[in-house]
Amino acid sequence: MLIRVTSEQLHPQEAIDAVRQNEAGAIDVFLGIVRNSNKGRAVNHLVYEAYPSMAEKTMLELAEEAVERFDLTGSAVLHRTGRLEIGETSLLVAVSAGHRAATFEAGHWLVNEIKRRVPVWKKEVWADGEEWIEGPESLGIERAPASIQDS
Amino acid sequence: MAITVLFFASLADAVGIRELSLSHVSGDTVASVRNRLVETYPQIAEFTPTLLYAVNEDYADEDTPVPADTTLALIPPVSGG
Repeated sequence: MLIRVTSEQLHPQEAIDAVRQNEAGAIDVFLGIVRNSNKGRAVNHLVYEAYPSMAEKTMLELAEEAVERFDLTGSAVLHRTGRLEIGETSLLVAVSAGHRAATFEAGHWLVNEIKRRVPVWKKEVWADGEEWIEGPESLGIERAPASIQDS
Repeated sequence: MAITVLFFASLADAVGIRELSLSHVSGDTVASVRNRLVETYPQIAEFTPTLLYAVNEDYADEDTPVPADTTLALIPPVSGG
């Protein structure tokens, strides 16, 4: 299990090597990338902030649950913090299993749960301003009254 | 006998600090501590409908006890990934 919150660049090969096992016939890798626009607005760069100790604890719990649920042979979750430029990798997830179907399902589930629960926040910085983003899939929005979810 | 309170992201910007120490009151819960914080920082109130809480790094409910010498984090909607 490779779990890390870091301000250093993320390298997919490290996660792949961490989940490669002799019992594994498949590895699924997901990269979250900083996109140059959001909701039609040009993004200059992003700034990620984390509650590092709780983020790593939550990532470990989710990685362990994924291993259990999907019978994985390995899982790795790494999240970047600090200033990220367009095209950089913000999230790196790798999972391995005996066969490919479990890795696709587990990768999808893990990324969804990370976006829901892990205490990390992104700030969009534009040419003329900036704003902290509230994740539409986050647990906080999910639990909020319907009138707030719609706004 | 204190509680450490952590603020993040939009909420940290709104209150202007990232961490503070608060006196513990017997029987404290997430809600009672939050309500004391709102008295000092009324700007927290507008965050409460979507705010989550963590006691010692575990998500907690409003009625979760907050003993002395614990860390309470106020967590606005997350947006990692």
